[in-house]
Amino acid sequence: MLGYLAHRLLMMIPTLLVISVFVFIIIQLPPGDYLTTLVTELQAQGEEISQEKLEFYRQEYGFGEPVVLQYLHWLWGLLQGNLGYSFEHEQPVADVVGDRALLTIVVSMGTIIFVYVVSFPIGVYSAVRQYSAGDYALTFVGFIGLATPNFLLALVLMYLANEYFGTSIGGLMDDHFKDQPMSWAKMVSILEHLWVPVIVIGTSGTAGMIRRLRANLLDELHKQYVVTARAKGVPPGKALIKYPLRMALNPFIADIGNILPEIISGSAIVSIVLSLETTGPMLLRALQSQDMYLAGSFLMFLALLTVLGTLISDLALAALDPRIRLGADLAK
Amino acid sequence: MSDATQGTSDLKHYVNDRPFDPYSAVTLSPEQEKYYLASQWVLMWMKFKRHKLALISGIYLVLVYLSVVISEVLAPYSFSHRHTDFLYAPPQDVRFFHNGEFMGPFVYEYDVSLNLEELRWVYTENTARPKQLRFFCTSDDYAGSTYEFWGIWESNFHIVCPAKDSQFFFLGTDRLGRDIQSRIIQGARISLTVGMIGIIISFTLGLVIGGMAGYYGGWIDSVVQRVIEVIRSFPALPLWMALSAAMPVTWSPILVFMGITVILGLLDWPGLARAVRSKLLALREEDFAVAAQLMGAKPSRIIGKHLMPSFMSHLIASATLAIPSMILGETALSFLGLGLRPPITSWGVLLNEAQNFSAVALYPWLLYPAIPVIMVVLAFQFLGDGLRDAADPYK
Repeated sequence: MLGYLAHRLLMMIPTLLVISVFVFIIIQLPPGDYLTTLVTELQAQGEEISQEKLEFYRQEYGFGEPVVLQYLHWLWGLLQGNLGYSFEHEQPVADVVGDRALLTIVVSMGTIIFVYVVSFPIGVYSAVRQYSAGDYALTFVGFIGLATPNFLLALVLMYLANEYFGTSIGGLMDDHFKDQPMSWAKMVSILEHLWVPVIVIGTSGTAGMIRRLRANLLDELHKQYVVTARAKGVPPGKALIKYPLRMALNPFIADIGNILPEIISGSAIVSIVLSLETTGPMLLRALQSQDMYLAGSFLMFLALLTVLGTLISDLALAALDPRIRLGADLAK
Repeated sequence: MSDATQGTSDLKHYVNDRPFDPYSAVTLSPEQEKYYLASQWVLMWMKFKRHKLALISGIYLVLVYLSVVISEVLAPYSFSHRHTDFLYAPPQDVRFFHNGEFMGPFVYEYDVSLNLEELRWVYTENTARPKQLRFFCTSDDYAGSTYEFWGIWESNFHIVCPAKDSQFFFLGTDRLGRDIQSRIIQGARISLTVGMIGIIISFTLGLVIGGMAGYYGGWIDSVVQRVIEVIRSFPALPLWMALSAAMPVTWSPILVFMGITVILGLLDWPGLARAVRSKLLALREEDFAVAAQLMGAKPSRIIGKHLMPSFMSHLIASATLAIPSMILGETALSFLGLGLRPPITSWGVLLNEAQNFSAVALYPWLLYPAIPVIMVVLAFQFLGDGLRDAADPYK
């Protein structure tokens, strides 16, 4: 198991490196470097940028150096936990982000838990009672969930909440907790507000999960060994849980690698609509003002989150399935 | 044993005098012949037909895509005409009975007044003034009837249009008084093409890259695998957002449209490439592939002529399932204001109006463009499901 863990951790390094190159390319994409744009813009407004500031920016990002050096500069900063400097806010990115990063993780984790908790029983039910009225109804709801873009769901929910309950469901905490340090009361307030974004973001993932679990379980249930077990009089519950369910569970766990990017994508846009205090709205603002280093840090953070999530799912899978961990040990 | 011999001797010897055809078990009835001799594609069609929901979805999609050709004619108004007297007008109900009397489809005209407290226009139906709808009309006697077909030919032929000097806002109007129904019909043109062009790009890329990885294996395969892993580990939407935000502001809307399509297509190929690769890995070991190789066929010929046909149907099915994600991607981007820009009109651009929540609370009909999005995405899902089931007709 330890060997497998080490193997997986080592595998992450090249992946993350390639991701960082991608992110850096995106940062560099807008024409001209940010500094020149900034200077001309300020000059157009009749303002003069101080020489010290220019020098500071130049140092922070190595502007004027060859692109490769700039990249290394940036990467080195990242490795030291220096997320860079936001031009728009004139603050280090780490300060701008604040606990938004933490809240993003909270929302994503909450959504994943929601997806698994909801889709597991429904998926099993749909497979065991295939073609029953309940199965049809759930399949139908699932299809709608898959087809509805989640930002629309957020808008509709907000509209309905406003129309029928007269409340606003936006935000992730009560207003007076904003800009306050994390405390127990704030935590509770966050948990109270969490359910709306979690449901909105999780719906399509849940729908997909249910469909896949149902298909996998159905495949297993039609196999000979299940028929044999039934014929020999194994009680239905045991004949379901003992083997077929365990077999179908593997892809279910492995799927986290698929749904995590989806959830993080979804949370980015939903948090913009619901104006949550996560990284989503900030990413949008950074992109709109072409504050590319800030945006790049967010992208890097989101990608890191996905890679870590995939790692966790792989580890869970290895713990669950001896073939995987032994296979990795053998391969070594 | 003795019983058995006893039994046979009791039976009279019997010979059927009908002519005997030794191949009777082998010859096929016409129906069987049709089935057994049918080509792969015919079999797939037979299997697909049984999936009613997929069939209906397919027909629906064909109709929607056909409508794109004549959007201007289907819409009652030119999509950019501003009815300045009718800002945020609510949808008008189509009625059939006026004072209990049947008079065909008509709408009541709006009386407009200003609510000074909330500072908004109030529209009330004037039941004294029913205005009959007209069909297949070529009149320019109402505002906004003239349009340029595909931006070239000027015309004012519409399938449905309001009465003379009257209005027909089936789905209401927006902030600038533009008819939402007309704009939705017009938006289909862009929203649906984005999906199609995007899928063509990603399909080509997936086929070429996945094909190379699967056929050659070795280091090409490992590089491709790594790249796929990286792209898949990126959350798609933030990446799309970043790429489309990186497009220069100076680009014209058409150029932006092309850019968005390319971005959507460029990031979608890994799924397809993966499918192609795994199929190729399995198939290239088959005898017929080895035989072709021994006879000196070039890799491109082996892939294109021998291997591709056996998994093309699967690819088409998965491509169909990938189109919705592109349509949704474009919608999300434009909704955020990072995607297409007016005057290009797509469903996402229309929904951009609904981004402001207070507008939605007051004017919920701004959300109508969401309905075609959901319908089209659903239809693609069903169609894709049906195609996937039919993709392997020999199973």
